[in-house]
This record gives sequence, structure tokens and C-alpha cells, in this order.
Amino acid sequence: MSADGIVEVKRLTAGYAGQPVLRDISFRVRRGEIFMILGGSGSGKSTLLKNMIGLYPAMAGEVLIGGEDIVGARGSRREGILRKFGVTYQGGALFGSMNLESNVALPLEEWTRLPSDARLLLARLKLQQVGLGGFGGYLPSEISGGMQKRAAVARAMALDPGLLFLDEPSSGLDPVTSAGLDDLVRSLSRNLGITFVIASHELSSILAIADRVIMLDGGGIVAEGDPRELRDRPTNDYVRAFFRHGKERAA
Amino acid sequence: MDGDRSAPPSILRVESGETATTLHLSGRLDDETVAACWHRALAAAAGSAGRIEVDCRGVDYCGGAGFALFAALEEKSEERGSPMTIVGLAPRFRELFDAIDRRKLRVSAAPDRGRGGWVGDIGYVAAGRAGDWRAETEFVGEVGAGLVSLARHPRRLRVREWWKIVEKAGSDALPIVGLISFLTGVIIAFQAAMPMRQFGVDIFVVNLVALAVTRELGPIMTAIVLAGRTGSAFAAEIGTMKVNEEVAALTTMGLDPVRFLAVPRVLAGIVVTPLLTVYSMAAGIAGGLAVMMLIDFPLSTLMNQLSGALKLQDISAGLIKSFFFGAVVAGVGCMRGLRTGAGPAAVGDATTRSVVTGIFLIVVLDAIFAVVYYNIDF
Repeated sequence: MSADGIVEVKRLTAGYAGQPVLRDISFRVRRGEIFMILGGSGSGKSTLLKNMIGLYPAMAGEVLIGGEDIVGARGSRREGILRKFGVTYQGGALFGSMNLESNVALPLEEWTRLPSDARLLLARLKLQQVGLGGFGGYLPSEISGGMQKRAAVARAMALDPGLLFLDEPSSGLDPVTSAGLDDLVRSLSRNLGITFVIASHELSSILAIADRVIMLDGGGIVAEGDPRELRDRPTNDYVRAFFRHGKERAA
Repeated sequence: MDGDRSAPPSILRVESGETATTLHLSGRLDDETVAACWHRALAAAAGSAGRIEVDCRGVDYCGGAGFALFAALEEKSEERGSPMTIVGLAPRFRELFDAIDRRKLRVSAAPDRGRGGWVGDIGYVAAGRAGDWRAETEFVGEVGAGLVSLARHPRRLRVREWWKIVEKAGSDALPIVGLISFLTGVIIAFQAAMPMRQFGVDIFVVNLVALAVTRELGPIMTAIVLAGRTGSAFAAEIGTMKVNEEVAALTTMGLDPVRFLAVPRVLAGIVVTPLLTVYSMAAGIAGGLAVMMLIDFPLSTLMNQLSGALKLQDISAGLIKSFFFGAVVAGVGCMRGLRTGAGPAAVGDATTRSVVTGIFLIVVLDAIFAVVYYNIDF
């Protein structure tokens, strides 16, 4: 793995019940960049993301996180790899019975030796970093969908990972809230140096924050590079259609 | 937490002077190293005679835990009325720390969930119960009207879906109802046979089992199994539909959720419960007879005794109840499902409440039937 690579996917084949959705794909995510996985509905974005975080077992290939292969890793080795990154899910996946502070403090409680007052302070600090300062006592059901996604980012950042995976962070959000989430990602990337791997099909987000993208279609990668360059000089018909229809819909 | 990790290297050195206490921090300020020095750093700040200086010239990484430590030290120094300064922190970390609104770290707002003390609590509970009663009464009325309407227009019943409900609530329940009823018959016969044998009347165990199983235990055991199995399934299924806004979709399509979801299920409950009850009665009696055969009574004697002991009236008494039990179990399950609140926890709550309410109402109804049967000599 090269020095600037934080994630490297090598010849990955992934799918469900023996049926491959993605075949033999390879790419690399560089340290500190905002990397987006694009594609239409059913193209395998979430499948790829869930294989990258070790949630689903890959059918073949390797996923190196910080140089260690998560595919097939077990026990403490797997736990060590999992601690290197945070994940947010499409629906936020906050624990409904806990307030935001407790949600964020949960990984700190389980994985660190910090005393309780330190955990509480740190949880509030993380919430403030995502723009939810002072909301720690709220339950997930008492805040909006956009705030829930921000809180989920705060929880994913609790252990100071250098890498965050976000699955469709803008889905179901209004444009203003979605733009706010984009600003948050950009600010965390710039200020904390966090690497982001984001599965999305929101064209506005892609063009606003992505440093590099891969585009999935038909079980493989059909394009890779700077999204603005791909928009201006599409390499194939699918890429052209993706950006043209996205732009028309946005207009 | 991994308890096997070795102790992290100390990152803190405290230098106490007359006018200032200096905390020299070095290396990585991450959760592990900060956890190791948290209490010592705060104690040093609390015991400081003068101002507090945090020397970060040796710090090469500062994570969230480091910022939390700075914020806690700052709070301590403010409590004591002496200033705290951070020196030598790399600009990129300094910038991040300065961006934190430390006042907001000390408070955590929560929406006002107060109800005005215990008086308010009583009021809320009373109002909630009143609302429940109203909704329950309305539901009974709506289901009743729905059943009447269905009797007048039977083609409105979506037979294929209804048959699936009948299958799940009825034939799928045969093994568990049969096993529980058989074992109940076995237990009663065993418990009764030994003391009755002492008086030479053990043949009357057959009468005891036959009466107990047909008039009481058959209907009750079947209804309880249905409450735990079918009523809860109705509540969970409809509750999940409510959470997923499927019930709202029905309403906006102009379809009444009670007619569409509850009425077919209540009808299924009314149809399958008596059938399962008959099956339960047979299994219970078979259990009792099996025990009697084990203690050397010939089957012909037992059948002769049974035919004399069992009257059609006993079976009817049990069957009449079972219609009502079926309606109650299915109705409560549907009602709890339709009254599910928001979130996944609400579905669990609705399911639990459907079982508890269902069993409670079965017992209450059974007591009412016992009094009525006694008074009409049935």
C-alpha cells in the first residue's frame, strides 16, 4: 500500500447469497481526501461500503484499512481495524432510548479508560463540532432528521478516527440541511484532517465537496477521478447521463 | 474496554511554584494517554496556589480527549478564580480548541419533559386512561360495525389474505395448542389420581379431567396461547405498518384501517379459536386418559366412564366462551397495533401490552362466564 493511501480495495467481488453485485473492483482512497462512491440506485454503492467496513463478508479480494486487510480479520485484530474508522448509516442509527450525549459517549465508555466526566465533556465537544452544542440532553426522536445525521457523525467521530464512512448522508434531507451537512464534512476534513468515504448519488453534494469519485454501474467501476472533470469531460455515456440528468433534476 | 492493554507512557509532568503551577504535557494527547493522567492533572489544577499554565510544547498530537482535558482544566481554574494559559500548542490544534464554545460544554439542554410534578403525572395518567377508554370503545364499535357490514356484503372480504391469517393463527398453532393441552390433561390426571385412589374413586378422575378441560382449561389454554402467539403477532405486524406509515397510506387512500386490517383478523380469531378449542379439549382428555391407562385402567372402561361424564352442554359451555376469547385476543392485538406510537420501541411496547391486556381480559371474561353459567344453571 502506498504511503498516502488509507484505504485500498483490491480485486473485490461482493454480493449477496452467492450472487455477485460487484465484480473484481480495485481503487484507492488517499489520506485526507473526500472520496465519494457514486452510482444509481441498485448499482452497489451501499454493498461496496458495507464490504469496506467489514459488515458483509467479501466473496473475494481484499480491503486494506491502514494497511490491514479487514476481509477475514477476526477477534482482536478485527477490533483493532474497526477502531480506525467511524461509520454513519442512512437512517442515522442512533439508539432511541439514549440521549445524544449518551449515544456519543457509548463508544468512549466501551473502548477507552476515560473517566465519566471526561467522557461527558468529550461527547459534548463532539456534538459541538457537528453544530449540536447544547443538544446533548435531547433524545433522537426529539430532533430533526438532519440533526440526527449530524449526531450520528459525532458518534462516529467519538474515538477520533482518521477515517469516516458515510452511507447516503444526504438522503431524505432538504437541500438546506443537506448543504449544511456538506459544510460539516468539508470543515471536518479541512480542520481535523479526517478522510471521508461517502456513498451518495446527490449531485450537488458530489460537485460541492468530493475530491475524487468512483462511479459504479453494471457491477464495476465505469469512471474514476475529479467529479468536475468527469462532468465537463465525461468518459462514457453513463457518466454523461448521470451528470446531465442530475443537473436537469437539480435545475 | 480492552483490559489487557499495557499502561500508556506518562504525558504529564507537574511543576508547582508559589505563583503558578505548570502542567507539562508531551507526546500524543489521545484517549489512552489522557485517561491515564486525567485525575492527576485536575488535582494539580485544583491544588494550585496561583495561575495555571499548560505547557504543550512537547505535544505532537491532540485529539478530542486532549481538548476535553484543556476544557476541564479551564473550568477548574475559573472555579478557583485564577487564569489558565495554554502555551506552545501547535497552531492547527490551537485553532480547533479556540473554535470550541467552552460554555456550551458545561450545560446540556433537554426539552422540557416535565408534567408539573406528581399532580401533573396523575392528571396525565388519568387523561391517558380516559383517552384509552374512548379509543377502545370506538374500536369495539368500529369492529362490530365492520363485522356487520361484512356479513351483509361478504364479497368485501379479501379471501386470499384472510385465509393466510386463518392459516397462521389456526393450523400453525395446532402443535403448540395440542402439546400444552395434552400436558395439562396429564398433569390434572396425575395430581387427582393419587389422592382419589386412596378413597377408591380414581375412576372419577376421568369425569374431573373431562369437565375441567371442556368447561375451563381447553378454552382458557387455547386463548392464552393465541394471546401470546397470534395477538402479539397482530400487534407487531400492524404496529410496524403504523411506524412505516402504511396505515397512514391506507387512510389517505380512503380505506378505513380498522375495516381493512382489524376486521379480517378479528373474524379469523372468531373462526379459529373455537376450532382450536375443540382440538385442545380432545388433546387434554387424551392426556388424562393416557395417565389413567398408565395406572392400569383399560381403555374400554375409560371410554365408558367418559361417555357418561361428558355432556354436550359442557362442550357447548366451553365453545361459547371461545368465540368471545377469539374476538378479544384478535381485537386487542389489532387495537394495540393501531395505537402504536413512534419508533421501533413502540412496536415492542404495543406487542407486550397486547399480550398482557389479552390475558387479563380472557380471565375477566372467564370469571363473568362462570357467574352467568352458575346463575342460569348451564
